[in-house]
Amino acid sequence: MTTAEEHNNSGVGKDLVVYVCMLALAGIQFLIAYQDISASQMLVRMLVVAIVEAALALLFFMHLWENRGLKWFVLIFTVAVIVGLQYGWTDSFRLLDGAPWAK
Amino acid sequence: MSQAEVTIGGHSSLMEEPTFSVPAKKMAMWLFIIADTATFAGCLVAYGFIRNATPNWPRPFHSITNVALMTLILLTSSLTMLFGVRSAQNGNKAGAFRWTMITAVAGILFATLHIREWMGMINEGATLFHNPWGTPLFSSLFFSITGLHLLHVTGGVIALILVGLRYLGGRYKADDIEITGLYWHFVDLVWMFVVPLVYLLNLAH
Repeated sequence: MTTAEEHNNSGVGKDLVVYVCMLALAGIQFLIAYQDISASQMLVRMLVVAIVEAALALLFFMHLWENRGLKWFVLIFTVAVIVGLQYGWTDSFRLLDGAPWAK
Repeated sequence: MSQAEVTIGGHSSLMEEPTFSVPAKKMAMWLFIIADTATFAGCLVAYGFIRNATPNWPRPFHSITNVALMTLILLTSSLTMLFGVRSAQNGNKAGAFRWTMITAVAGILFATLHIREWMGMINEGATLFHNPWGTPLFSSLFFSITGLHLLHVTGGVIALILVGLRYLGGRYKADDIEITGLYWHFVDLVWMFVVPLVYLLNLAH
């Protein structure tokens, strides 16, 4: 077996392991949906699982792991945008608690 | 030093290193993915604001079978896409084309299941502006977010077929299969957030 073939086989093995992990994480999301917990707790748990799944996809399926510079560029830019979007939550809570129907 | 070496040396000093050592086409796809992440994040966060601010938000979903099957198909299609990329990188044209087409078929199957689910909801009276279970905002957001994702899947399937055929015909290279694969993985990645937020949090208990 040549070095290239060995590398390819180990790569396919890694892909399969990541795929099984992602299937398991997706299964955990579905299990969380049937837990007897509040909607906010459910949201947090599901988002944590989704972020882990997304990280696996980015690092191994999209090969971001192998490109250090690009990895940080994507991470910093994406996190900055998503964090920036959170500023409107206060207004959303104001609508819920301050509106006449909330009382 | 030969004349050729002098010439190459002269030109290489003028050539700029690609950003993050990533080829231009691949970098363009990454920039598109980052921009599209912002689009989907905006939609999902807006959905969160509205869901949070609307009392008596409906929870109309009774079964997760269809969405679980759709998730399984999309995740598996990411794996088949990886096999396609690896085959292309190893110079196995037939293998790369076969895996790329299997990925496209999985995408078509996903879209079919998605449309079947939509038709079921439409038959129950849910449209963009009407929701039989309560606030019309639910239907508007559901069809908008899943519709945007379905549009991406449809675009991805068309791209996979076109790039696969052109790769087989020799017009495209292994890099093009890899770049299309990046897009397909992104579509899969977005679904991981759409499922819990749009489906699982609205499951009837």
